[in-house]
Amino acid sequence: MTTPRPLLRVENLTMQFGGLRAIENLSMHAHAAQVTSVIGPNGAGKTTFFNCLTGFYKPTQGALTLSHPRRGDLRLDAIRSVNVARAAQVVRTFQNIRLFPRMTVLENLMVAQHNTLQSASRFSLAGALNLGSYRRASEQAIDNALTWLGRLGVRDVAEKAAGDMPYGVQRRVEIARAMCAGPILLCLDEPAAGLNPRESAELTALLRSLAKEQGIGILLIEHDMSVVMKVSDHIVVLNHGKKIAEGCPAEVRSNPDVISAYLGEDDDSSSDEPVSRERSAHA
Amino acid sequence: MSQALQQLINGITLGAIYGLIAIGYTMVYGIIGMINFAHGDIYMVSAFIAVTCFTLVAGAGITSVVASIAITLVVCIALTSAFGWTVERVGYRPLRSSSRLAPLISSIGISIFLQNAVQITQGARVKSIQPLVTGGVNLIAPEGRQGAYISYAQILIVGVTVLLMCAFTLFINRTSFGRQQRACEQDQRMMQFLGYNVDRIIALTFMIGAGLAAVAGVMVTLYYGVVDFSIGFQAGIKAFTAAVLGGIGSLPGAMLGGIIIGLIEAFWAAYLSPEYKDVATFVILIVVLMFRPSGLLGRPEVEKV
Amino acid sequence: MSATMMKDSGVSLRIRDALWASVIAGLVGLPLLGLTTRDGMHGLQVETRWPLLAAFIAIAFAGRFTLQTVMHRLKVAPKSRASTRPAPSIAGNGALAWLGAGCVAFAVLLPAVFAGNRYVVDTATTVLIYIMLGWGLNVVVGLAGLLDLGYVAFYAVGAYTYGLLSTHFGFGFWEAFPVAGALAAFFAMVLGYPTLRLRGDYLAIVTLGFGEIIRLVLVNWGDLTGGPNGISSIPKPTFFGLPMTASGDGPTFASVFGIDYSPGQRVVFLYYLILGLALLTSLLVNRLRRLPVGRAWEAVREDEIACKAMGINVTNVKLSAFATGAMLAGCAGVFFAARQGFISPESFTFPESATILAIVVLGGMGSQLGVVFAATVLVVLPELGRDFSEYRMLAFGVAMVLIMIARPGGLISHRRATVNVPPEAKQ
Repeated sequence: MTTPRPLLRVENLTMQFGGLRAIENLSMHAHAAQVTSVIGPNGAGKTTFFNCLTGFYKPTQGALTLSHPRRGDLRLDAIRSVNVARAAQVVRTFQNIRLFPRMTVLENLMVAQHNTLQSASRFSLAGALNLGSYRRASEQAIDNALTWLGRLGVRDVAEKAAGDMPYGVQRRVEIARAMCAGPILLCLDEPAAGLNPRESAELTALLRSLAKEQGIGILLIEHDMSVVMKVSDHIVVLNHGKKIAEGCPAEVRSNPDVISAYLGEDDDSSSDEPVSRERSAHA
Repeated sequence: MSQALQQLINGITLGAIYGLIAIGYTMVYGIIGMINFAHGDIYMVSAFIAVTCFTLVAGAGITSVVASIAITLVVCIALTSAFGWTVERVGYRPLRSSSRLAPLISSIGISIFLQNAVQITQGARVKSIQPLVTGGVNLIAPEGRQGAYISYAQILIVGVTVLLMCAFTLFINRTSFGRQQRACEQDQRMMQFLGYNVDRIIALTFMIGAGLAAVAGVMVTLYYGVVDFSIGFQAGIKAFTAAVLGGIGSLPGAMLGGIIIGLIEAFWAAYLSPEYKDVATFVILIVVLMFRPSGLLGRPEVEKV
Repeated sequence: MSATMMKDSGVSLRIRDALWASVIAGLVGLPLLGLTTRDGMHGLQVETRWPLLAAFIAIAFAGRFTLQTVMHRLKVAPKSRASTRPAPSIAGNGALAWLGAGCVAFAVLLPAVFAGNRYVVDTATTVLIYIMLGWGLNVVVGLAGLLDLGYVAFYAVGAYTYGLLSTHFGFGFWEAFPVAGALAAFFAMVLGYPTLRLRGDYLAIVTLGFGEIIRLVLVNWGDLTGGPNGISSIPKPTFFGLPMTASGDGPTFASVFGIDYSPGQRVVFLYYLILGLALLTSLLVNRLRRLPVGRAWEAVREDEIACKAMGINVTNVKLSAFATGAMLAGCAGVFFAARQGFISPESFTFPESATILAIVVLGGMGSQLGVVFAATVLVVLPELGRDFSEYRMLAFGVAMVLIMIARPGGLISHRRATVNVPPEAKQ
């Protein structure tokens, strides 16, 4: 089976803060149309990794290469941080929900399409005069937003204030907003946090279909093992800033290093298949 | 040469006063992460209290300079701390969990209120008192030219400041309250969980800051002999610049920043142009914030995403 | 424990609390209220005002007690430490729109309603200047969330630009208008580029410093700005080239329209001029709000980091808000200079910036209508009681604190959404 070129290639990434090495010599890859999960105990460096990917931190060392379908290979660590989302189309969500609370859900999604609308408005002149080209772009953006809200099952809250809604709804709005920004690589930081089992299952199904249909790569930080095992095509395991395993779910699940570092200490709500053999061997 | 020495002396004296005020800014900022816009006006209030107190003391027939100053210091510190407490209680505590903008605007409101309250109750004109500490020492007295002269008032100010800084540093580093205060700066939530009365620690921080500003107010009254309701605004910005220059959150930084600002002001006024000395300070502020927002002795902040 | 006993212990607690309040009031009031110094024959003399202090303490006691009782009666829990951000409330069309229309209608008819009353029209003109300034600052503070404490600097740039261009180069009002606006915007971009990425509190101080720098330059650079004496003999605006004077070389407004000249005509003309400018400002700001740039302003205010993650150039967005606000201030400054005929650094001090900020904050950040009400209140109230103008700033200060505590969203905290689901898409 020939694997196509990876969408994201991380080579020898190191991130150092003063005396602390948050990430050390990390190399991994992620493919388009696949879901790749990054897991590991708290403090393993997962969110730091996302921050390096999306231009919030400048890596101390290493290369982050994105193979953009139209723009070729882009070095995420070298381009300006604003271009990570704009040109490279790498979009992320955050551990804490970062919606714009006093704006409506629809407005939130319109802001995600800011760059498209801004160029259509030609320095706001076409916009101010409400020229046809701008009007069309605007209608299209609204349409796009409503479609994604529908996909995520939150169409009915379009005109409510984003800060006013239950947590699960906000999470879904956040994903819809991220999709409106038109990602090639979607990075989700703990999207299943705080969701009940039914919502987690819906999220899992949604993420898989998003990856396949849209052909985008999805990178996921997650602690909920049931979600991780069901949704991932590929898993990378971090511990203390270093990669300790990488592979498909079955491989990772049976990897002894992973078990001792992470899965072994996990709580009961993890995957339904017991890891009995390996766990008892290390008890 | 002696001109330079003179400006050095003047600058350090001025800087000591700015430093005392700057500590108040940096302490409050360190513990609640907000700029107390009204802090400069607390200093101004103290200066007015000092004028009244000195006048009362003189009127009561007390001629000993030491006694007057001691009494005035005690009175000013006590009353100004009450002001500090009130400002925190009324303008900050209700807003502790609001957006960042709300306490800032509230403190602007308090600043406006204090300035106008003093203007209305004490009169809009400047108040001047006879200098209490006169005389000084000639340091360099070359023939025919002006030498460098250090006045006793200047010695007093710098001396008091040094003493206060030592005592204060000991207080912050050795006492249990100092530890609690520093712990609150690091993690307020945790302190609450551990059962400490965070409200009281914050209130006391404001009061201590006000107390130091009170000393500055007394010193400035002794030094210049004139006060008016607008000195808080000017000194406030400069002291804040000093706090930022030294590294906001750092106590030695505040004093260091104060001295530097004082020196720059003195030298600029003497050698370049007195009218634009304040412009120099503001420009420094902008430059520091642009290139090294963590200041000289501060630690760079990494924002958690 | 009987009900009476419980009530008593509640009351006694409140009395003790009120007693503490009066102690604090006494400490705070003693040096400022109870004592003061007056110039006597041999320097200062201390004067006592014990009745004043006693009254203050009594008010503090009564006030605190009443407050506690009222809160107790309403069974309002002491302000919980949970977030007190104003709940977002999105108002649709309706009440506010009607109110706005009503205000515009009233404003247009005002000179007719108060015909002959020059004082009213004059005051209304002042109100409109502050409204325009408030709307301008609203873009910066209310929409983009950038705390600008030196807004008056851009006002000054506009005023002095017109003052200098007209007295040195013979520029007319309309010619200087765009120049002043552009220059103010330019200053904003120069100041903003290095500083807008600073955190809120730091930005506030920096803008304050900038305002002071401008004022100091105006006072001290006498050759350029006339120093403390300012610039005088600034020409008034013309009615499309026709001066509003009694007679002049060439046609005047009165001569062309065949009516007798009266000084009231110019007052009314100026009023309609500023009304037109203000309405244009409102139109511009409203339009911009609905465009991507305006939405980006609000988004940056809400959460900068999320904006950055969506590929929005946060610095450029902030700069555009800052420059737009500055341009509006510059334009208002041109009108101010033209109306007064004389400008000096005295008009461009920090209290002026604080006043405009108070208007935006009290009115409701982001709300157009709120600014109208706040400006009206802040300008008209002191006029009603001339003695109270002394207390005006004092009241501002108190009001700012109270609003932040009680109603941080301001008088009008509703927000109109900039985009709605199109009717055909609604199921």
